[in-house]
Amino acid sequence: MSGHFMFDGRPVPFEAGQTILEAARAAGHYIPHLCWHPDFPPHGSCKLCMVKVGGRHVSSCALEAKEGMEVESNTPEMNGERRALLQMLFVEGNHFCPSCEKSGNCQLQAQAYELEMTSARFDHFFPVRPVDASHPDILLDFNRCIFCELCVRASRDVDGKSVFALTNRGIHKHLVVNAESGQLGDTDFSADDLAANICPVGVILHKRVGFEVPIGERTYDEVPISVVSMRDKGSKP
Amino acid sequence: MPHIAQAAESVITKHGRDATRLLQILIDLQQALGYLPPAGISAVAAGLDLPRARVEGVAGFYSFLHLEPVGEYRILFSDNITDRMLGSLELRDALCRKLWVEQGKLSEDGLISIDVTSCTGMCDQGPAMLVNGLPITRVDHQRINEIAELVRTRVPLSAWPRAFFHVDDNIRRRDALLGQSFVSGSAIEAAIRLGRDQWIDEMRASRLRGRGGAGFTTCVKWEACRDAPGSDKVVVCNADEGEPGTFKDRVLLTRCADRVFEGMVLAAWATGANRGFMYLRGEYAYLRPALEAELARMRAAGLLGRTILGEAGFDFDIEIHLGAGAYVCGEESALIESLEGKRGTPRIRPPFPVTHGYLGRPTVVNNVETLTKTTLIALGGGAAFAATGTAQSTGTKLLSVSGDCAFPGIYEYPFGVRIDRVLEDCGAGDAHMVQVGGASGVTIAGYEFSRSIAFEDVPSAGAFMVFDSSRDPFDVAHNFVDFFTHESCGFCTPCRIGTSLLKGYMDKLARGYGAKKDLADIEWINRLLRNTSHCGLGSTAPNPVVDTLAKFRPAYERRLRTLDFEPAFDLDAALAAARRITGRDDPAAHLDSGDKQHTEGER
Ligand SMILES: Cc1cc2nc3c(=O)[nH]c(=O)nc-3n(C[C@H](O)[C@H](O)[C@H](O)COP(=O)(O)O)c2cc1C
Ligand code: SF4
Ligand code: SF4
Ligand code: FES
Repeated sequence: MSGHFMFDGRPVPFEAGQTILEAARAAGHYIPHLCWHPDFPPHGSCKLCMVKVGGRHVSSCALEAKEGMEVESNTPEMNGERRALLQMLFVEGNHFCPSCEKSGNCQLQAQAYELEMTSARFDHFFPVRPVDASHPDILLDFNRCIFCELCVRASRDVDGKSVFALTNRGIHKHLVVNAESGQLGDTDFSADDLAANICPVGVILHKRVGFEVPIGERTYDEVPISVVSMRDKGSKP
Repeated sequence: MPHIAQAAESVITKHGRDATRLLQILIDLQQALGYLPPAGISAVAAGLDLPRARVEGVAGFYSFLHLEPVGEYRILFSDNITDRMLGSLELRDALCRKLWVEQGKLSEDGLISIDVTSCTGMCDQGPAMLVNGLPITRVDHQRINEIAELVRTRVPLSAWPRAFFHVDDNIRRRDALLGQSFVSGSAIEAAIRLGRDQWIDEMRASRLRGRGGAGFTTCVKWEACRDAPGSDKVVVCNADEGEPGTFKDRVLLTRCADRVFEGMVLAAWATGANRGFMYLRGEYAYLRPALEAELARMRAAGLLGRTILGEAGFDFDIEIHLGAGAYVCGEESALIESLEGKRGTPRIRPPFPVTHGYLGRPTVVNNVETLTKTTLIALGGGAAFAATGTAQSTGTKLLSVSGDCAFPGIYEYPFGVRIDRVLEDCGAGDAHMVQVGGASGVTIAGYEFSRSIAFEDVPSAGAFMVFDSSRDPFDVAHNFVDFFTHESCGFCTPCRIGTSLLKGYMDKLARGYGAKKDLADIEWINRLLRNTSHCGLGSTAPNPVVDTLAKFRPAYERRLRTLDFEPAFDLDAALAAARRITGRDDPAAHLDSGDKQHTEGER
């Protein structure tokens, strides 16, 4: 089955099984997202991809498109809610962009620019989160984790190593690595793993290359994420 | 550490080295070791051939599993608002003082740890606590003194006075279900006589709707499961009963376990399922021996197992899985994840469990009360069932009544009963507010007491908490927000962070530092939670705040210090640690000496 649905008032075709986000994307319409990645099944946790269908909020990365759906996405209401979700993510962790080596390549930061987030609005949680420098090639700075679980999924489903998992729950949820010591250095993690190269923010960092590309010349410094994402459709989230 | 490896190996063997039983394995291992030490986690991972991080992640999810040592005696005070109204916090503090231990910390000798836990389902006989998982009801100062002495003298739990552990059923009003005697096996026999198709027809005619909260039509769910492709279908009884203020499933499991299980067999007859699970909340683990005995009795009577009541091809059996302190596992897809030995994170839906449930198989999940009601339909027919209640809500409903009333307990009424009728029956002379349906339900103010309990008016999963005019609606909402914050699974952004933000604002108001802007922020967060949450926990979490703000706004405005902005950061409070270190609490050690008296004890 294939058909059409209306996306912000414009008809968009879809193939059977395609989600709203995938179909919109294929037709050249960008929907902001963080936990979705073209190479993985939908995760549905960040909720940035929320759209309204027939007045109801749904995750566009997870819901299959259906004939005749009326989807609202790029509206002040949806963008306002997305901005608020970003603000939540910013106050939950410790995101000091000017001193972060991911700055300019970070999707969270890029989304904040995209959605014109000018302040954090809410009070910062300032959680105490550790840094793990035990691995020879990789540094983990958990202060910036947004729990998209891309590293978890990549390590489990592609690298076949299950180096990462989540533990605890609620606001205390956090990542652990696959070692009794709790240290990345004691796992079989390697810098070539997909999991080492998929983090959308600045948690999983390669050592000794931090500022090879100067800030100001990085991916999202020059071009907004909505453009990068659509330009490199096959490969970039 | 060979004993750790040995204990792990024996538990894993007992569970057939089955990784879907990971949660059950961790519960049993903790029972053996007191807590789950790192070597225990590693041993379980190795024994099940699972990544260690995954085992650690599951263990970390559940409140009743401990990765750090806990006391030989582990006391958890039930922290529902109804327990608090009966003085639970004061009792907790008294016990902490007597045993020289701080809440949430392990005593130096490793003897005792004291903490709070979400509602334990004993609201009609609170304040309640769990001691090493066993409920103690009606705690008062005398009981606290006795408990302190028993702990201090290291009396084993088995030698504690039996009366401590007595749980009353408190059935106050009986109707169709509780008023009828039941002959075990009679409902199954009746349904077999009808045949599978006609049995479904009777279910359709009954228009029975789910009693677990969402009110989905049971027959539609059963038919969808029956028609779903795939064999090995599954029936799950949801006995997680985590909604604060709800305890009717506890009483059904105590009083008529035979009917609950028989309801599961009836669901299996309708859907063709051959495997059944009861997911029993950890707080009700004390019911397990009696439930297992009932299952054994039913097997012996040919009501479970192969060829049920001689019907060729009717094979169905039930196993009990324990939860371990996670309200979200009552949500059906999180429950299924938990049954599979995973973290209780709600799945993306669709697909729904009726087509893709336990291990991807078509699965029916029904509430304890829903399943029990099906025995009435098998015995009396669908039409008779539909003749009571209201047009959209047929049959009766069990209410768990607690709070400010003379006769807390279980009340069975036909749907459509008015709230003022319930208040009169339970002896709530000075009712001011009622929380119907638990923390995620509806807050009802006095002017609405003529409304009725039904899906088309005030829906309810069963809780009915009464508050008199001495109670502050803000405190009630505040307690519920704490509950949701504690119970959020943390999967999705809005609920994980939004509940914590909401708690921050409520705490700020409670401290008397609220500003008008905070109310606007609260309303904005409420909206985000409702609209964007991944599951019902997050989307209903703001309900008590939304309702009390709308119906009891002065309770909030009274707490506003200014009408504009007031920082959440309390500079004076931040100096508390410095004061503690220097042993000072004189006025000069405080920043503002204006309208507030600061003493460390208060914060
Ligand atoms: C956070 C959350 C907690 C829930 N807890 C329970 C529960 O403890 N017991 C229950 O029967 N249903 C609970 N539910 C509802 C279940 O998801 C499901 O709808 C129900 O078990 C279906 O059974 P029913 O149709 O017989 O009501 C909960 C739902 C949510 C969102
Ligand atoms: S470390 Fe990065 S990839 Fe992994 S969950 Fe956190 S943000 Fe996502
Ligand atoms: S709404 Fe809350 S409980 Fe439900 S998935 Fe999101 S974080 Fe988990
Ligand atoms: S992109 Fe859809 S929920 Fe994250």
